[in-house]
Amino acid sequence: MKHTISVLVENEFGVLTRVAGLFSGRGFNIESLSVAPTLDPSISRMTILTRGDDQILEQITKQLNKLIDTIKVIDFTGQDFIEREMALIKVTAEEETRAEVLRIVDIFRAKVVDVTPRSYTVEITGAPAKIDAIVELLRPLGIKELVRSGPVVLGRGSKGWKGAE
Amino acid sequence: MKKTGSQILLESLVLEGVDTVFGYPGGTVINIYNDLMDYPIKHILNRHEQGAVHAADGYARATGKVGVAIATSGPGATNTITGIATAYMDSIPLVVITGQVPTALIGNDAFQEADIIGITRPITKHNYLVKDVKDLARIIKQAFYIARTGRPGPVVIDLPKDVQMASTKFEYPETVEIRGYKPTYSGNPRQIEKAVKMILAAKKPVIYVGGGVTLSDASNELLGFAETIQAPVTTTLMAMASFPRNNPLSLGMLGMHGTYYANMAITHSDLLIAVGARFDDRVTGKIATFAPHAKIIHIDIDPTSIKKNVRVDLPIVGDLKDVLQKMVADLGGHADKVKELVATLAPWRQEIDGWKAKHPMAYQASDKIIKPQYVIEKLRELSNDDAIVTTEVGQHQMWTAQFFEFRQPRTFLTSGGLGTMGYGLPAALGAQAAFPERQVIDISGDGSFQMNSQELATLVQYRLPVKIVILNNNFLGMVRQWQQLFFDRRYSQTCMELPIDFVKLAEAYGATGLRATSPDEVEEVIKQAFATPGPVIMEFKVAREENVLPMVPAGAGLNEMVLAS
Repeated sequence: MKHTISVLVENEFGVLTRVAGLFSGRGFNIESLSVAPTLDPSISRMTILTRGDDQILEQITKQLNKLIDTIKVIDFTGQDFIEREMALIKVTAEEETRAEVLRIVDIFRAKVVDVTPRSYTVEITGAPAKIDAIVELLRPLGIKELVRSGPVVLGRGSKGWKGAE
Repeated sequence: MKKTGSQILLESLVLEGVDTVFGYPGGTVINIYNDLMDYPIKHILNRHEQGAVHAADGYARATGKVGVAIATSGPGATNTITGIATAYMDSIPLVVITGQVPTALIGNDAFQEADIIGITRPITKHNYLVKDVKDLARIIKQAFYIARTGRPGPVVIDLPKDVQMASTKFEYPETVEIRGYKPTYSGNPRQIEKAVKMILAAKKPVIYVGGGVTLSDASNELLGFAETIQAPVTTTLMAMASFPRNNPLSLGMLGMHGTYYANMAITHSDLLIAVGARFDDRVTGKIATFAPHAKIIHIDIDPTSIKKNVRVDLPIVGDLKDVLQKMVADLGGHADKVKELVATLAPWRQEIDGWKAKHPMAYQASDKIIKPQYVIEKLRELSNDDAIVTTEVGQHQMWTAQFFEFRQPRTFLTSGGLGTMGYGLPAALGAQAAFPERQVIDISGDGSFQMNSQELATLVQYRLPVKIVILNNNFLGMVRQWQQLFFDRRYSQTCMELPIDFVKLAEAYGATGLRATSPDEVEEVIKQAFATPGPVIMEFKVAREENVLPMVPAGAGLNEMVLAS
């Protein structure tokens, strides 16, 4: 089962390795990971996608909590949350496919951010499933290069975790 | 007044109450060693950095204080790894200080550079690279706090040479504030209440004790708890000395080389109260058949230990001392029910007595050849009651656990989790440095002893009168035993035929060497060794193919013990 976990950590060198090492050392898999400082620059927020049964997930969250640099672990399993991922997709755009690419971009409310006579580079933001969908539609037209950020996640509702408690 | 980084380190150690450190100098810690001469800290010069860390570990296990070791960068630092991993697996509080090349050279493959923060990350509770001398005092304060609190463990401080030389105003923080680190000490009262209900309803409870009891100095609380409910107590290797083996409730050790009756009690129990134990695979055997009829209460300060290996019906996170005290207090409020419980458990205790009578801990005695178990029994008989015993790893370690009958906490120091050969001698050295007047005995095999035998020099130099027992069977005994039982006696590379003269080896270092080759010499050699000042090696030429029994074969259930060869 897929799980989304946010981890708030001290923004210090080596913390990312500690978290990644925790996963690799115990044979847990990280599907995607994105990390950047929060509103409080001394804290970074990681969003980790991982897979495992309940027992594995319990161990992952406990082990993350055990790290000295970990301030808070939020497991989004069973919660309502907003999930967004960004992708940049460089698509082949020859005479016969240029219009089709633009149509797809329009339907998905994506943006063309770079144009050459032979390519479009498309920026898209949305839930990972939406990005999967546009990739599948653009694939037959010829994708030259693709980069995805991995999702970032926030819980729904008015409550927020801003930094220092 | 400004102080240099190395002075700040030493000032801080003094403020932390450190009186003894173990280490080995080198280029990147030369400033620390230079300043050390001006501070009231005793330094013990080991002969290898691994020895220094094990010695600090032995010091920590014997005293309950944080052990401190110092090593230089690169090879010095990498030599500490086995020692750090040993302490990590057994949750021993250590602060290991490693020198590092100057900050400007870090990452440039400088001479004697190693990424010790990267290397030690998975085997430390936490580690620090100090990049600015202004952070140093805070980091040392935090390191000691992290090492000794919660579930204890080793902390590494990597200290670049230029940081040792740089100066700043020295202010040692009075308090520690780490926002992500707040161990839970107090057990949840509702969970404890539930546990008490489960205990009062039990018919066949067993208390299963791990090393946590020693770490939280909760032996008295454990004894009080066990005696209140009159339930049998089995201990892991790490907990051997935390419950008196001569108490009628003691079942001795459980697991692979545990007693038959401990393993049978676990298998037949209806309630397992796990106290500071982590359900190691050497303890559980095949998980599917481990305590199949029992509900499990698991008390531990480390939430990650709970539900890691086995299902748990009631978790209690907290310090054992606190939880056991509350549990006993709660039981005190149910005096009548407790009385009833003690009566209800009578048939259970009888059943266990039946198993004890059927298969007691025993071995085949001989008057021709020295049986290793006999040596252990004699050592027990002739040693002081508060003697500290360390072991290496292997058959001798298990025989010591089975036959020494420990009675006082912090008197049995052994590498449980990592199983580190070469641990016992330097650990004994550390314990003896902490308690110069107490009797300290290292029990070893001929294989393990040779892993860190260079520490004999340290013993002699510092006049540390450790008594070393070598049960010499010219084999790597435990592996040989497995080869005999599971690999059709194909003794691949386990025979150490070279007849080393351990008596001469002792003498070469300036220690005393004694040897026994027949059973009637055993007692005399032990008596003579105990009466001889300074370090002594006692070499016992023991039965070569003696096995550690009983035994649960790897992967089998606790109820599938092999009782005889």
